[in-house]
Amino acid sequence: METKRLVFIAVGGQGNLLASRLLGEAALSMNIPTVVSEIHGMAQRGGIVESAVLLGDVTSPIVSSAEADVLIGFEPLETLRALGKCNKDTVVITNTHPLPPFTVAIGQGTYPPPDESLSLIRGKVKKVIAFDGNAIAEEVGNPLALNMVMLGALIGSGTIPIGAEEMKKVLSTSTKKAFLESNLKAFDMGVEKAN
Amino acid sequence: MHKLLTDTPGEEILLLGNEAIARGALEAGVSFTTCYPGTPSSEIPENFFKISQESDLYFEYSTNEKVALEVGAGAAVAGLRTMVTMKHVGMNVASDPLMTLAYVGIKGGMVIINADDPSLFSSQNEQDNRYYARLSGLPMLEPTNTQELKDMTMEAFDLSEELGLPVIIRTTTRLAHIRGAVRLGELKPIKTSAHFEKKPFHFVAVPAVARNLHKLLLEKYDQASEKSESGSYNEIIGEGKWGIVANGASFNYVKDAISDLGIKDKVSVLKLGFSWPMPKELCARFLKGVDKVLVVEELEPINENELKAVAQENGIPVTIKGKGEGAFSRLYEYDPGMVRKAIAQYFGVDYKPYEMVDSSDVPALPGRPPNLCAGCPHRATYYAVKQVYGTDTVYPTDIGCYTLGLLPPISMADFVICMGSSVSSGCGFSRATDQKVVSFIGDSTFFHSGITGLVNAVHNNHKFTLVILDNGTTAMTGHQIHPGVDTTPMGVDLTRISIENVVRGLGVEDVHVVKPFKLKKTIEAVKASMEYDGMSVIISQEFCPLFAKATGQFKKSKPFYINRNKCKNHRDCINLLACPAMYIEGEQVEIDKNLCIGCSVCAQVCPENAILPLKE
Repeated sequence: METKRLVFIAVGGQGNLLASRLLGEAALSMNIPTVVSEIHGMAQRGGIVESAVLLGDVTSPIVSSAEADVLIGFEPLETLRALGKCNKDTVVITNTHPLPPFTVAIGQGTYPPPDESLSLIRGKVKKVIAFDGNAIAEEVGNPLALNMVMLGALIGSGTIPIGAEEMKKVLSTSTKKAFLESNLKAFDMGVEKAN
Repeated sequence: MHKLLTDTPGEEILLLGNEAIARGALEAGVSFTTCYPGTPSSEIPENFFKISQESDLYFEYSTNEKVALEVGAGAAVAGLRTMVTMKHVGMNVASDPLMTLAYVGIKGGMVIINADDPSLFSSQNEQDNRYYARLSGLPMLEPTNTQELKDMTMEAFDLSEELGLPVIIRTTTRLAHIRGAVRLGELKPIKTSAHFEKKPFHFVAVPAVARNLHKLLLEKYDQASEKSESGSYNEIIGEGKWGIVANGASFNYVKDAISDLGIKDKVSVLKLGFSWPMPKELCARFLKGVDKVLVVEELEPINENELKAVAQENGIPVTIKGKGEGAFSRLYEYDPGMVRKAIAQYFGVDYKPYEMVDSSDVPALPGRPPNLCAGCPHRATYYAVKQVYGTDTVYPTDIGCYTLGLLPPISMADFVICMGSSVSSGCGFSRATDQKVVSFIGDSTFFHSGITGLVNAVHNNHKFTLVILDNGTTAMTGHQIHPGVDTTPMGVDLTRISIENVVRGLGVEDVHVVKPFKLKKTIEAVKASMEYDGMSVIISQEFCPLFAKATGQFKKSKPFYINRNKCKNHRDCINLLACPAMYIEGEQVEIDKNLCIGCSVCAQVCPENAILPLKE
């Protein structure tokens, strides 16, 4: 299959490592060669957490500058910051709910309004799919389900050869029972957002 | 049942690089495991810890890496298969036993996992520990993917027993933290005990014995060389005239670059998986068969220099390039695009790189450095100390979450080089300057290597204040046990060592134990330490909230809010504490009730008493 290089960008605690791992599990279940890369440790304390999923005939676990086929941003400022991963054919999927860093609160820099961040991305890449993922997570009654919303939007975007059913099979076997229903709902609503 | 105990040989599952190592050890019948945790190696012991609770595997979090290796040495010399894991700088700590354990050797297979950190994702330096294989004379293996991480770990135990030497497996952050498919093999039974056979004239490395042991090590080195020549992890791939040499993570970038550039027929790749001792004959054969060579290795030009030596010894006039202009850097980790570009340039291949989108119109973006969590007790301790000691005091710090005290507005980290250096460098700073000195060290780091520094401080009559930030866990690396932890919530019954008793036992007379969320009392204790003419220790005790939540020890408090009628917008709360639960909405400070854990520190800081607990 054609190689697909995916970058997940989030703020520590938003759950992108789980999202990228589950995507890797789904790929493996479909016999799609995959390698997932994560960064653990110090960066997770409220900093930026990047993970990558590579599908197809590729063994390198990271995505170089300008080489992402899909950029999945969990926070609009961080999506904009990761623009260097994109080329003109990249599909960008982003949450629009802002999470200003504490540097802004203590007067070191200004937080760019999400609309402005989006307009700086639009037109430069193939497609931008943007929505308030936190609102969806709140709507399903599980504020921690943002990662499921984003995973849903990725699958809904049709950019990778993994379908919603295969993904949901993995979610069903690897989610705690108490959260399963809300996670699946969040996932489905993410799929719809990107359709 | 633990995922890594799944007994379904032939099944393919997705594993983290570090999980693959742990699985490889289990498939080799490892029975004795020790470590000091350190990113990027920490997930190996985390898995061993859990597995030890449901199998016969022995596991311990040792006090530091030197201790871990010595504990492991006892088990391996007695005859058990043993694994010891550490990060690259941990190897520095373990290097003392390492050098002579290489002389005396082992009986049960011993595999040492060494995790390097190119790009310094979570470390104080990016030293290249391939040098330790050279320094100690021990064999080194460098896997390139999850399957090899498992397979090579397994085979490393056999190799170790055949040679009677510990074997070092070197990973890097990128390998430790990838996830990929691993085909499982069979689990071996765990041998629970051994009988030590005495051989004092072999195992007691006094000079007369060690002279012979050094000779023995060199003989074993020759045997290891033969194995590296014939082993399956060193190979020449392809028959082209362009030579590329790669090891570890770089091998993947090379493999992908060859396929991206469509130059498979033109290239020969020398893959070095069993990289020390260097397979010199294989290298010579490779060098003879190619026109020019590019060496792709992160960090130091080690393979490059070895290959140049092989070329010289064999009179092979081939050009070998690795580091330097037009090729690779000695800094940081590599990536696929960088390696593709260097290969294309060196061999003159036409290719069109991906074009990055134009971001010249993107304004300067506010930074998002990592930060102490909402309700982190370190923030409260830092605040209290600063109230008393101000900004001219020298603040040596140490390795842990609290190193984040470096960042504004806390700005209370002035010097750190390694585990334990806060205490000993504090001795130096306080003697060498007229400034006041307050050193900060975490609880786990104190046990790891702060105690010897404190002995030194007391014995040599140094006068400064040491603050031990006791949050009840090894927080930074993922909440591991250390000697001061109450381990019952983790389901194990280990003896807890009181930091206060240790400190008093070492002869410190001015000791204060404080609860940092009680700011007033904490500040009083800090003042007393400043007035004391001698060595003072403040032990600041409060759970890491993440750890407390994870272990069911979290005492829920009401989150706080800002009373608009009382707030006069001084912003001391946000400007002095920078708690991530606070943000600015319009012109006012707000508290995110989902993030606030109710530590009440901001409420104590507010001059207007405008921060109050939320009434549900």
